[in-house]
Amino acid sequence: MAMDTVTSRRQFLKLTGIGTAGIAAAELGGLGFDLAFAGQRAARRKLEGTKQTASICPYCAVGCGTLINAKTENGRTTIVNIEGNPDSPISTGSLCPKGAATFQLAVNPLRKDKILHRKAGATDWDTEPMTRDQAMTRITQLYADSRDATFVEKDANGKLINQSTGIFALGGATNDNEENYLIAKVNRMMGVVRIENQARI
Amino acid sequence: MDLQNSDAIVFMGSNMAECHPVGFKWPMKAKAKGATLIHVDPRFTRTSAMCDQYVPIRSGTDIAFLGGLVNYILTNKKHFEEYVLSFSNAATLINAGFKDTEENDGFFSGYNAQTRAYDRATWQYQTSKAPERVPEPSSTGETKEGGVGTPTQPVAGSVKGVNFAALVANRLPGVPLQDKTLNDPNTVFQILKRHYARYTPEMVEKICGTPKELFIKVADTLIANSGRDKTSAFVYAVGWTQHTTGVQLIRTAGLVQLLLGNIGRPGGGIMALRGHASIQGSTDIASLYNIHPGYLNVPDAAKTHDTLLNYILTETQPTSFWSNTPAYVVSQLKAWFGDNATADNDYLYDTLPKITGDHSHLPVMVEMSQGKIEGMILTGQNPATSLNAGFQRNAMAKLKWLVVLDFFETESSVFWKHADADPTDIKTEVFFLPAAHIAEKDGSMTQTQRTIQFHKKAADPPGDARSDLFFWYDLGLRLKKLYAAGRPGAKNLDGIKNMTLDYAPDPADVADWIHKDEPSALKIFKEINGYDYKTKNPLNSFANLASDGSTACGAWIYTGMLQLVNGQVVNRGEMLPGKNDGWVSPNWGWAWPANRHQLYNRASADPAGDPWSAKKKYTYWDAAAKTWKNDAGDGIDFTLTKAPATPANATGVGVAFHDGASPFLLKKDGKGWLFAYEGLSDGPIPTHYEPWESPVKNLLYKQDRNPITKIYDVPGNKYNEFAGTQFPTVITTYRLTEHHLSGTMTRWLPWLAELMPELFVEISPELAKEKDIANGEYLRVITERGTTEARALVTKRLRPLTVNGAIVHQVGMPWHWGYQGIATGDVANNVTSFVADPNVSIHEGKAFTCRIEKGRARA
Amino acid sequence: MSDLRGMFVDTSICTGCKACQVACKQWNEMAPGVPLPMEDEAAVREHRAFTGNSYDNTGHLSATNWRHVKFIEQIGPDQTTADRSDPRWLMMSDSCKHCVQAGCLEVCPTGALYRTQFGSVDIHQDVCIGCRYCVGACPFGVIAFNQRTGRVNKCILCQDRLEVGMGTACAKACPTSSLTFGTVSDLQAMANDRVKALHARGQTDAYIYGWDLGNTGTITAGPNKGSAVKDVEVVGGLNVFYLLLDKPEVYGLPAHAALPQRNFVPSAGVALITAAVLGVTGLAAFRRNRMDENAAATVEGGA
Repeated sequence: MAMDTVTSRRQFLKLTGIGTAGIAAAELGGLGFDLAFAGQRAARRKLEGTKQTASICPYCAVGCGTLINAKTENGRTTIVNIEGNPDSPISTGSLCPKGAATFQLAVNPLRKDKILHRKAGATDWDTEPMTRDQAMTRITQLYADSRDATFVEKDANGKLINQSTGIFALGGATNDNEENYLIAKVNRMMGVVRIENQARI
Repeated sequence: MDLQNSDAIVFMGSNMAECHPVGFKWPMKAKAKGATLIHVDPRFTRTSAMCDQYVPIRSGTDIAFLGGLVNYILTNKKHFEEYVLSFSNAATLINAGFKDTEENDGFFSGYNAQTRAYDRATWQYQTSKAPERVPEPSSTGETKEGGVGTPTQPVAGSVKGVNFAALVANRLPGVPLQDKTLNDPNTVFQILKRHYARYTPEMVEKICGTPKELFIKVADTLIANSGRDKTSAFVYAVGWTQHTTGVQLIRTAGLVQLLLGNIGRPGGGIMALRGHASIQGSTDIASLYNIHPGYLNVPDAAKTHDTLLNYILTETQPTSFWSNTPAYVVSQLKAWFGDNATADNDYLYDTLPKITGDHSHLPVMVEMSQGKIEGMILTGQNPATSLNAGFQRNAMAKLKWLVVLDFFETESSVFWKHADADPTDIKTEVFFLPAAHIAEKDGSMTQTQRTIQFHKKAADPPGDARSDLFFWYDLGLRLKKLYAAGRPGAKNLDGIKNMTLDYAPDPADVADWIHKDEPSALKIFKEINGYDYKTKNPLNSFANLASDGSTACGAWIYTGMLQLVNGQVVNRGEMLPGKNDGWVSPNWGWAWPANRHQLYNRASADPAGDPWSAKKKYTYWDAAAKTWKNDAGDGIDFTLTKAPATPANATGVGVAFHDGASPFLLKKDGKGWLFAYEGLSDGPIPTHYEPWESPVKNLLYKQDRNPITKIYDVPGNKYNEFAGTQFPTVITTYRLTEHHLSGTMTRWLPWLAELMPELFVEISPELAKEKDIANGEYLRVITERGTTEARALVTKRLRPLTVNGAIVHQVGMPWHWGYQGIATGDVANNVTSFVADPNVSIHEGKAFTCRIEKGRARA
Repeated sequence: MSDLRGMFVDTSICTGCKACQVACKQWNEMAPGVPLPMEDEAAVREHRAFTGNSYDNTGHLSATNWRHVKFIEQIGPDQTTADRSDPRWLMMSDSCKHCVQAGCLEVCPTGALYRTQFGSVDIHQDVCIGCRYCVGACPFGVIAFNQRTGRVNKCILCQDRLEVGMGTACAKACPTSSLTFGTVSDLQAMANDRVKALHARGQTDAYIYGWDLGNTGTITAGPNKGSAVKDVEVVGGLNVFYLLLDKPEVYGLPAHAALPQRNFVPSAGVALITAAVLGVTGLAAFRRNRMDENAAATVEGGA
């Protein structure tokens, strides 16, 4: 869905899901409430000036639709509200408690937004910060070293196997298809076959 | 969504109302329309509360129960005869040398006790003589023996100049022989009858602890709600998969549904409810050791996969839809290796690693515990709370390095604070990289009904958080650069050098966002979908894929999710308003393959192509237009213009081999398999074995347990004594609505943490009394692996069962907790073990034994 | 009257998933006053204890729990014998009923509590003086004092959403439509149809709590099996009303609530009744702390 800026009452109505008995959106629109009356309330504060994007619940595999409203301030776009997408034929606007909490999965003071590094034998994370470039440079080196150190070109029967035996990539069932594709592709091209995800466990 | 069309639904191995609450709205719709809902489960759950019938069962005895249904259907002649005769392999004749478990006290013919494996020679179909073969091309010019799919001596030569179509046609086997009267003792039908004859309602009660009357009520309900006018469905989840007989267990439901004529029809089927948002996608676009994207087997040192030609010949099935394998394989290699992948170098096939055994989660963790694994990258998985969690934490302590991509400081990211060894002795270098939330990235996910939905980025990730896509893309680019610069002694560099990673974003795509170097998910989506290599236009169908290197495609099953329509590229995965067109909704997202929502839907019409009934009309043959039609807009899962009366063609390649009444395109004979002569390692027909850990012996056979169960005899993974007295209680693990899996996406969320704050064990008042445990008190769950401490939730929703005359207690323990987050608790998996199904290496977390004791584990 | 908005709570299809509880907290940004729109970690820890009361760990409605799902286990006719015949597990999502004759509104000295154009009862937070008269006046123990803000709070039927034409957050999230938002007259018709459909299926326990639509029935399971039930109008009608499958007391609802204002069942009573129904030893100990808290709140409220 293209992102729409919620500016009108019409677009507010898109958020109206099932759970409304016998009320057509048009009828509500015709009730003639004065929108100015709503001044102090969250709905206007929350959703006005936000952009709405259709997305999916990240928990189980039912694939419920969500609508994400986000606001851009100082060049950064942050999430304001997440609720069910009534357009989805799968979920018709509903969510379970986890789906309803998707907002708190994103906007949460406990969520880590810094890279952490623990040195071998340390009892806690490093206190000095690490940039992503520093981390990736080090990870690339470790990956390549382990790849080469455990690389087996041919098995005992002389069969070509080109397998790197010492690296394990684990996870993927919470990831997008494209992410899984890269997990499968990048690791295999490096000779890594120990690639697994939650489908096994 | 199709469940709303069912007349009866059996939930078994699934707690749908709790674990898939929103999906559960569809069964509730069916119920409102009059359908009967049945829950067969060890515990009375929130699903049971919504069902018309609650049927208790002992964990891990589902094959006895379902086999009982098969027997009940056959004994009472209630199978849907017309459906069974045409659409299943009931009439097919099996090799006269086949011996059943009934004759062999729990073993099928072909068992080798030394290797703990079956030779499947006696499980095969009787067939007519195969057509004469012309000599196959090879540099030596010699003809090779052996059918496709069976190991042969390697054929020499490359794929250059090979005519795959002719080669595949040359390997056609004989035609399976049938007895349509079903009277021949070697027919599948008669074998089934003999196999399940002892699975009587009385035996079901003895083994499962299910009162006979309740079992018969389920059987009668299913029978009454199947046939021309009605359909019944089964719904399962990991309550069926996580057993040492998991694959066979699901197959037993397949037998019931084939016999009742409930496959390929609206309101029928066997619905698998999967647990993670994209676990279907991560199986299709496999981040699994044994399959490449699109269910292509990974090259295997133990198979005739020596060269691309041999790989293709081994993997291509001449008499099923898999006859098209050459195009899928070559297109995938072209997608991965790009310009330099040509027929001259076998599309760089040789650079791919071959597997050398079972590299699944459990055996790799065993290797890790032995110091054989140096590094691990975790993308959203949490092994520190996984099976035999103490074992896995200690194994991780042997790593040189660990990278964790996640939202919160998960148990695995700080495993070094919680292993047996002192942190100062754990030499693992650990990186925690904060991950982006689904709202903070573009990408697609495939939900449990195979529908691909593409979500667009809605916000910037906070701080240093980035998408996992960026991580793998960035790592790939860095590795390519590192190896391009030269690495002394490094081998097999052609693959790395040629790996395509052309996913740099178009500036417009990142204009609104903080990060300008985020790879384009849409470009990867296009590579998965497939494109014409020369024009770079997306391909609309896997029928457009070629085996000559002119097309590139990451996963053939997904071809068509991106389409070229009137010169415009259309992303069919997008979720567009106004596309809710009822329960099929063919224009909301895109279901693989080829937007077919209901698989095998040719079976929704009778052999002549007419709907079984007006009420259950779905796909049907329009004789005037000479085509199959589906008024709901679903894709036809059949050759569109193949008339129902088309006879089988012994010289037809691929699905042309099948007759017009063979809905199962991926099967070599086009039939639903009541008897699986290949594909399974532990038997052609499901047989009841006890769980690896059970308090009771097998009442049916001397062989107590699945003889080829994967067991891991390593320190720290000791099994409880089988049918012993030390561990008399059956335990099952499960999920709750309020948390997700190991809790990494819920235990840090105050709104969810407060709903289910602590680990508990559900226990019957009877067992609680026996153990002097009051509601809310602490108890310990003890096995040979360890101890887990939890609160007791004493409830009559759990009940003691009478198994073969003796009382067996069952307890249940959700496994969401760990030592991190705001809702913390002991790790349920401290007590589980490494033991697995022989077919797919899935563990047995749903049925094992324990001892319950009062009091806390730690002071 | 056609403008009246409310909710119909069909407990016969409530799966107890608690999506309503979370959707409520999300939209209404519980609790206000902290940098992030959620309760802080410490606040959660204060009531993080496992209760042992079936699957209910939030216990009661409060100033920051405007919705609460109750769980009542009825596995067999009583909880002390092994008899597990006719097992059922009743679940009910509870909230403010938005009474037609609202005790809270009538005792409010400042007009902070007011009747909206939708017939619901909202609170002007800036007018509330925290006197807590309303706390004692509510026959259902719904309204509660928020220590942090010094004011009372409760479900406001998503007044802000209604004003812009949206339905309530809880009803929208509800997977099985156990909660339905709409006009009260439409909902009454729907509820009446639903009772009749259930009776036709043999589920004769169903009746309406909140309005008298003339239905009568008989309880089919649990300790009250065989007892007669019938529709009951409460305090002039409830704009948020229920389809129940057992006597009101089983759900912690007063059988004949009315104003005078002291005649109420505090939410702790819910726990007491549930505990009695469960009949499980040890539970009482677990409840004690929570009840003491409530008792204190009640005294304060009545002062």
